[in-house]
Amino acid sequence: MRLNCPCCGPRGLEEFTYRGDATVRRPESPTAPAQDWVDYVYLRDNPAGPHRELWYHGAGCRSWLVVTRDTRTHAISDVVRAVDVARADKEGAGS
Amino acid sequence: MKLLRQGKSSASGDPSQSMRTTTGNGIDTSRTIHFTFDGRRYAAHPGDTLASALLANGVRLAGRSFKYHRPRGILSAGAEEPNALVELRTGARREPNSRATVTELFDGLEAASQNRWPSLAMDALGINGVFSPVFTAGFYYKTFMWPAAFWEKVYEPMIRRAAGLGRAADEADPDIYEKATTFCDVLVVGTGPAGLAAALTAGRTGARVLVCEQDSLPGGRLRAEHGEIGGMPGWQWAEQAMDELRQMPEVRIMTRTCVFGTYDGGTYGALERVADHVPTPAPDQPRQRLWRIVARHAIVATGGIERPIVFPNNDRPGIMLAGAVRTYINRFGVTPGQRAIVYTNNDDGLRTARDLHRAGATIAAIVDARTTETPLARDMAQLTGAKLFMGGAIADTYGRLGIHAAVIREHSGLTQRVPCDLVAMSGGWNPELSLTTHQRTKPVYDETLCAFVPGTMPAGMRSAGVANGTFATPDCLREGTTCGQDAAQACGFSATVADLPAAGTESYAIVPLWHALPLDRPARTGKAFIDFQNDVTAKDVRLAAIEGFRSVEHLKRYTTLGMATDQGKTANVNALAQMAEQTGSSIARTGTTMFRPPVQPVAIGALAGAARGRHFKPDRLTPTHDWATEQGAVFTANGLWHRAQWFPRPGETHWRDTVNREVRTVRTAVGFCDVTTLGKIDIQGPDAATFLERVYVNAWRRLPIGRARYGLMLREDGFAYDDGTTARLGENHYVMTTTTAHAGSVMQHLELCHQWLWPELDVRFISVTDEWAQLAIAGPKSRDVLRHIVDPAFDISNEAFGYMAAATVTICGGQEARLFRLSFSGELAYELAVPARFGDALARLLMKVGAPYGIAPYGTEALGVMRIEKGHPAGPELNGQTTAHDLGMGRMLSTRKDFIGRAMAARPALTDPARPALIGLVPVNAGDELVAGGHLLPAGAQATAAHDQGWVSSAAWSPTLNGWIALGFLSNGPARLGETVMVHNPLGNSVTAARVVSPVFVDPNGERLHA
Amino acid sequence: MPSNRYSLFSLLRETLRGHTGWQPAWRDATPQAAYDVVIVGGGGHGLATAYYLARRYGIKRVAVVEKGWIGNGNIGRNTTIIRSNYLLPGNVPFYECAMKLWEGLEQDINYNAMVSQRGVLNLFHNDAQRNAYIRRGNAMRLNGVDAELLDAQAVRRKLPFLNFDNARFPIQGGLLQRRGGTVRHDAVAWGYARAADRLGVDIIQNCEVTGIRTQNGRAVGVETTRGYIGAGRVALACAGNSSRVAAMAGLRLPIESHVLQAFVSEGLKPFIDCVATFGAGHFYISQSDKGGLVFGGDIDGYNSYAQRGNMPVIEDVCEGGMALMPRIGRVRLLRHWGGLMDMTMDGSPIIDRTPVDSLYLNAGWCYGGFKATPASGLCFAHLIARDEPHPTATAYRLDRFARGAVIDEKGMGAQPNLH
Repeated sequence: MRLNCPCCGPRGLEEFTYRGDATVRRPESPTAPAQDWVDYVYLRDNPAGPHRELWYHGAGCRSWLVVTRDTRTHAISDVVRAVDVARADKEGAGS
Repeated sequence: MKLLRQGKSSASGDPSQSMRTTTGNGIDTSRTIHFTFDGRRYAAHPGDTLASALLANGVRLAGRSFKYHRPRGILSAGAEEPNALVELRTGARREPNSRATVTELFDGLEAASQNRWPSLAMDALGINGVFSPVFTAGFYYKTFMWPAAFWEKVYEPMIRRAAGLGRAADEADPDIYEKATTFCDVLVVGTGPAGLAAALTAGRTGARVLVCEQDSLPGGRLRAEHGEIGGMPGWQWAEQAMDELRQMPEVRIMTRTCVFGTYDGGTYGALERVADHVPTPAPDQPRQRLWRIVARHAIVATGGIERPIVFPNNDRPGIMLAGAVRTYINRFGVTPGQRAIVYTNNDDGLRTARDLHRAGATIAAIVDARTTETPLARDMAQLTGAKLFMGGAIADTYGRLGIHAAVIREHSGLTQRVPCDLVAMSGGWNPELSLTTHQRTKPVYDETLCAFVPGTMPAGMRSAGVANGTFATPDCLREGTTCGQDAAQACGFSATVADLPAAGTESYAIVPLWHALPLDRPARTGKAFIDFQNDVTAKDVRLAAIEGFRSVEHLKRYTTLGMATDQGKTANVNALAQMAEQTGSSIARTGTTMFRPPVQPVAIGALAGAARGRHFKPDRLTPTHDWATEQGAVFTANGLWHRAQWFPRPGETHWRDTVNREVRTVRTAVGFCDVTTLGKIDIQGPDAATFLERVYVNAWRRLPIGRARYGLMLREDGFAYDDGTTARLGENHYVMTTTTAHAGSVMQHLELCHQWLWPELDVRFISVTDEWAQLAIAGPKSRDVLRHIVDPAFDISNEAFGYMAAATVTICGGQEARLFRLSFSGELAYELAVPARFGDALARLLMKVGAPYGIAPYGTEALGVMRIEKGHPAGPELNGQTTAHDLGMGRMLSTRKDFIGRAMAARPALTDPARPALIGLVPVNAGDELVAGGHLLPAGAQATAAHDQGWVSSAAWSPTLNGWIALGFLSNGPARLGETVMVHNPLGNSVTAARVVSPVFVDPNGERLHA
Repeated sequence: MPSNRYSLFSLLRETLRGHTGWQPAWRDATPQAAYDVVIVGGGGHGLATAYYLARRYGIKRVAVVEKGWIGNGNIGRNTTIIRSNYLLPGNVPFYECAMKLWEGLEQDINYNAMVSQRGVLNLFHNDAQRNAYIRRGNAMRLNGVDAELLDAQAVRRKLPFLNFDNARFPIQGGLLQRRGGTVRHDAVAWGYARAADRLGVDIIQNCEVTGIRTQNGRAVGVETTRGYIGAGRVALACAGNSSRVAAMAGLRLPIESHVLQAFVSEGLKPFIDCVATFGAGHFYISQSDKGGLVFGGDIDGYNSYAQRGNMPVIEDVCEGGMALMPRIGRVRLLRHWGGLMDMTMDGSPIIDRTPVDSLYLNAGWCYGGFKATPASGLCFAHLIARDEPHPTATAYRLDRFARGAVIDEKGMGAQPNLH
């Protein structure tokens, strides 16, 4: 598998570390309902199909990436910097 | 004594290469080389394979089958060979299960037959053939069950004695292996007509082309046939094409390189056999090289594999694939038999009669399963003078160690026995499409070709030529050209396509032939083999059908079909077709043949590369490593780091003497220890404090510049993750330390927290673990020693530089350094960090200026003893299963801020007082040893899990307390101080009474720290 | 007379008549309108559950529905190891229950699955690892499970060809469970299928569940590619695809699907007589009765339903192999393949009721699915029959994540690819 890092270009799997689902978002407050925290920490859609997921380019630019990858074929359709996604989400939530 | 006579003739060989009757396009007859097989010496020519050389010398018996130990010869001329498996070389280089058909001969090669005893011709386990009516598919699932204990004691040892084929070497592989990665626009796999046409077309566009050929010579089947391309023999055209490719600067050709697997993202695995064709690799050369090929486009032009015909006793030495017979004649100049029967269901097989005839062999018969005579059949019979049996079959064969007659069944049903020493059979060709199926895309069945052809392929892949089900040479050239052009264009290269060279078209005209005789006569006749190596017969397939193992997967697993070293390359389609007939279904509906990588078996050593022995993992050395080595330090592995474990001195006879001395030195005078391995992360930015607040459980906002603080991190699930001190060096500048084990993962964690959770925070990190050499200097005299090093401008008195102080200082007259007053040992102590290149000098300087104070270096063992004496948690306590509460740090968890893990740490199961929590233990009977890993049970309780209340995490002999001490986790532990519990260690047959005490054994009030 | 019971006698009798009297190992059943229990998933766990439901709990109107052919998932894709050398209280008794069932399995189901107790040896390479293994071995012993601590010399006597003298991480010793070993994996599926079939269980192949029908919060049947099948109770035993199937009932699980690769070499004369695991890399190995070295390592580490992996893990596993056994350098890897693992958030399985009444879940087997098969079947059957957890599987509850009562053997936390 190869990921096209937005900073470094296409690189082999061995340069990256996988984290998991990028669709779950951390609750804003430690006092959010317990179920929100359980959902965030433990529950996953785990789809057979396109999956948005976090990867870390540890052997490269140290960027966290949000990768869209089909879990049935491993075909990668999108790679963006996680920080850009996170900022856009926060701005979206704030506006 | 027919048997003996046969045995003799096949074993004796002939040094004169009596079967070398003609010239071959792939051998150099000007030179003669020698090899041995089962100890006997034979002659051969450069260019020979072991198989062609054995055949040249009249050796037909090459191996034994797996289950029945049937005598076997050479079936094929390629990598699909199921029968002729040998042990190559000797000693540490012994290579079992090597296919003679792809073993390039070199002078002095030693080969031996395998899976036979006492000899190949007289194999005692040949007796299995007698029991074969019992030993049907899956018979072992039905018996060997009583009595139960007999499986391990009697049945299985018996089975294991007979198991396996060749023997693995007894010693470590002496050769080396390499790995390499390469990139290309177009990968072309195979150099037959399709592959070469593709490579030429793509190469001429200027695209970067990589051509891989598993053989030593290019051409593929062109070397095995007479056909011409561009007015010259096909093999010459292939060599000319290779010459042209070699001239192209962007084209790379790798021969002896098998592309064995298709992986994700256009990645292919390939194995280059660098030195398998020579006795031993040249010095510093690898035996094999593993390639990771990254290709934008790949063209699979891997040709095809011929199918055997399933008829009774179709496995005798001398029964060969027709295409292989042509290969031996045309490429190697070897005629595998003098009196041959050609048995085919297609025109391609018929041409074998012509080639045999030209090589001087007699064609005893042409048996053509097709009922309608084709023009070619008539021509071949006329040319060779052979009797033609249209609609005929071979009904049986004779010859224990080599065929000497076959029973031909005419279309009318009449049979006749025909003497022969060779049967050349062709059941048609299967495209070699393995690479197209590795991503689990399925091939499709083509009724006209009676074969599977590639279906949907992975992105970027195309197949061409026979691999794609395109059989005629002109079509192969055209298809290769188109694929090459398309691939180059897709990569942005364009070109005009040159005219295709002229080539003759060969007819094929196949009819289905999945078994020679109707399946409804279960046959007193001999076994009709489908999978030769694993001895799976037509009857086994029938039994599987009867018992309901009808899917391809069940069939394979139940009968072991296709599970041998050849992966069923010659067997799978025949078996599938027979299953289809058994179940009254079509082949397409019955299933499909898919392959798992690798295409050819790959040496484990090659996949491991250089990562073996001491090079299994990289070495990380501390800045003081060389100095410690000079001091005679004993090292221990700590992750990838090598750390000094202790520094023995003359007269110390046990490592514990050394460690005790090192501990006493620190507790009474001064010692120093390299603690560079702890992770160091430099954190800068206006929001650094806010960030620390969120990743640590405790508060950080009020930490003044020039101070350090202990911090605990949790994982988001609320369990303890890592700990360490973080110092504030400036307004917006912090340096964090992590444990050695988590240095990398904490860095990754911080990046995730910042980039993903809180991108709005203005803060940056960098790992500086390797930039700074950090030495702990500990003991009551440590300040005295430091005064000799730290420049006088810096006041390091207790008042000015108290416990937990941190500062950038200069040492040795101006060298910048960082000084922290931290203590892991519990003594007055400092950590001094200098640029890594000065670490060695610092150690030497400490030895010098510390000598008057009795300084000595100490290792990780003394470090560990002292941290246990102080009750500091380390790896065994921070094992990922413990909580802040368990570690006695529950009160550190701030309730005034959000931090990673806060919400989940509050769950009831994580704060339950009944959870085992950190305590100290001392033996009730002085001198008793406490064992780390022992379990804690109440005194008097039965030794069962029901009474298990905790465990000992760390234990040590304390020279300070002059006795064993331990840290452990005990249910309700902190409330049980003073209680006696039992440390159970059933593994060591010991039970030790221990008293529960505070985990801080030395200086509980921290007076020494603040001294 | 057809041959129903397997024995040496029946084998010889069939030999005399050309093996024409054998019966299908199991009927290829067509679905009936309704069953007491419909088990989704014809793998080892589903088939074992059906068998124990019929055999021990007297529930015989049972169907096992399988989307492909039975035994085509992880039961036939693993490295065949059985062991009960666990650390934590929730796990040890359960895996030991499995071990005891393995020990009597063949006589129970009249099928030789070649349960071979030739020992599982976990090697350790440093003091911390040794102490962790001592803790584990003692936990096993306190639970009545066999365990022995071997020093380096004892390991050398047992496996003299390991790399003792030139190792990056020298072998210090090992924890040995003699009762551990290997089992012929496919035979487990077939044996349970046959035994369940004999008790009247319908095994329905090529029948993919496409929906779970519920009424008033209660599961009443499954929609399949072969029509609707009514069910008193619906039991999911489809690890690898648990999330997909559970989602049909609106459930989200603490599970990710991951690919675990397995490897087999060409057949060799036997020289490895036990299961050995490397402690300084990801590598475990045994040698089958056919002579192939069967080995494996870590999961690839990314969510996958593709049943295949990539080169970095293949290379990593072979590096571990060479580091441990340098004599296998010229031994050739014959095949590698991948299985789909339900990786849970704590590395331990789930056998429990679900928020949907009459819908039961058996999932999350991580690396432990094969060795658990008999106990998983028994405990799941108990849960389905009695609507309460079997006493040895009380820890495997779905709500343990919310409560924090996780069973995290490796201490890796809520990150499935690290377990």
